[in-house]
Amino acid sequence: MFKVLFDLLRYNREFLLGTLLILIILALIACSFFAPYGENDIYVVIPDMPPSAEYWLGTNSRGQEIFWQLAISMRNTLMFGIVVAAISRVIAIVVGLVSGYIGGRTDQIIMAINDTLGALPNIPILLLLVFVLRDQMTWPVLALTAALLGWTHDSRLIRSVALSLRTREFTRHAAFSGMRTGQILFREHLPYVMPIVFFTTMNNLIWAIGLEVTLSILGFSDINRPTIGGMIYWANAHSAMVAGIWWWIAVPMIFVVILFLGLFLLAMSVNEYIDPRSRLARMGA
Amino acid sequence: MNGYLTYVAKRFGQFLFVVFTGVTLAFLIAHFSPVDPIEQTVSLLTNFGSTDPRTVEILRQSLRELYGTDGSLLDQYLTFWGRVIRGDFGPSLSAFPTPVMTIISRALPWTVGLLTLATIISWIIGNTLGAIAGYFRNNRTMKVVGVLVMAMQPIPTYITGLTLVIVFGFLWPILPISGGAQLNLDPAMTWTYIQSVITHGTLPALTLVLVGMGGWFIAMRSLVSNIVTDDYVVYAELGGVPSRTIFSQYVARNAMLPQVTGLALSLGNVFGGAVIVEFIFNYPGIGKLMVAGIYAGDYSLVLGVTTISIIAVAAAVFLIDILYPLIDPRVKLG
Repeated sequence: MFKVLFDLLRYNREFLLGTLLILIILALIACSFFAPYGENDIYVVIPDMPPSAEYWLGTNSRGQEIFWQLAISMRNTLMFGIVVAAISRVIAIVVGLVSGYIGGRTDQIIMAINDTLGALPNIPILLLLVFVLRDQMTWPVLALTAALLGWTHDSRLIRSVALSLRTREFTRHAAFSGMRTGQILFREHLPYVMPIVFFTTMNNLIWAIGLEVTLSILGFSDINRPTIGGMIYWANAHSAMVAGIWWWIAVPMIFVVILFLGLFLLAMSVNEYIDPRSRLARMGA
Repeated sequence: MNGYLTYVAKRFGQFLFVVFTGVTLAFLIAHFSPVDPIEQTVSLLTNFGSTDPRTVEILRQSLRELYGTDGSLLDQYLTFWGRVIRGDFGPSLSAFPTPVMTIISRALPWTVGLLTLATIISWIIGNTLGAIAGYFRNNRTMKVVGVLVMAMQPIPTYITGLTLVIVFGFLWPILPISGGAQLNLDPAMTWTYIQSVITHGTLPALTLVLVGMGGWFIAMRSLVSNIVTDDYVVYAELGGVPSRTIFSQYVARNAMLPQVTGLALSLGNVFGGAVIVEFIFNYPGIGKLMVAGIYAGDYSLVLGVTTISIIAVAAAVFLIDILYPLIDPRVKLG
């Protein structure tokens, strides 16, 4: 695993760039732990100051320093994405591996449910849920909901790999030597699907964070918890664009783009690594 | 043909299952919420003045009837199905007494028109560029184009949209940034009205095109660059077939089929709406309708939009599914 990552860093420019962008984001998040202000403190600095030596990224109309707001928001936003990705990965892996390995009727039933859930439009359902829950819609609830909506496509991908592993020699050996189904799936098959899991995690993170940003901009999330979408929401609420406080809205936008580009490049390069044909093309064969 | 009928029957079963699950889910979400829609609506309406206790009681009674909260859970569930089948979600509360269905059917053409057009345009541009980039893999210009298109892909819709608003609304104001058509124009098949619809739709559509294009580009490029190394293409090259012919007849054609599936699938999703784009550009589609419904606390409208989009998306996907084997013979009719 580490050797693969090291090779990717050395030979794959996209992977390197993606890693660098993500490192910027991680450095920012590390800063957030040293924030001099509480995350909800307002009017602690002079409002509406443009970026300067004293206030690196300026201050907003709520009297917050944008740099620290950004750092904390980025932490919260990424946290949300990671929770969503982690929960939905577990579901996708279990469903995909079990369905692919057991096959037959079970597989058909599981995939019927899988496809049904996948065919439901996410946004209207989420918005309905947000609407009826209102103030009870805290971020863990939202994360759980998003996680339950965002795994169906990935479990199909994992299943397709599991299907091919099922008929392989080593699976039969493992089964004959008395390994239980759970052990076979976890010890023998899981390593084979890890690259796909990594690749889909990046995509799922992008999706989940995009969802959070969308809902926050619309004002449908917990606006007291600073997030990237929340920053844009407050900037809109104070008409930052019209008032000419462009840095308030530009900073979260730029950093969410950095985050997305980083994740996207990582996903792309790993995908390329998984697909041997494009690797051959890269080598000039 | 028998195989096709079984296929259609299976797909129809799947369609019914999706609709059943979706409607049940919408019902459950709505009814197990900690918020009481009736009390919420009553308090919302009494805020606007009418506080006569008798009126409030009548209102409460009619709301209870409207939401079907009488009887057991099963009764309520069956009542809800009855409403869905009749397409009756009661009157909208924020636009009382216009029925929810009327409001939705007014908004739906905007969303479907905008999204269909944007999906097709982004599909055409993305695939064309992707095919060229895949075929001329070592061309410098195409590499730069590839990087640009791909860098656009992960940028959130909101940011693309807002950037376009800033550029074409403030810096270089040549296009309207809000609404579906000029407000003082009557919807009619006149050229001025159509022109107005087109100019108002340009920026939202452009946002969707920019966001959607990258995915098609990446998929098409990898499809084409795989086909280029196939034996029959190499053979054609050695045989001296003009490269223009190889590109259009041998490569692009074969790469098209999976992309057509993709197009079909995303066309099925146009009923799901593009909430954020409609929100940014104040576009009168169902996405904006739903957001407005949430802001206004309009319970029947939000529930109606959700249910209708679930059914519409499922129906569209089903239609596309049954048409697809007629286009692509490789689809397994199993």
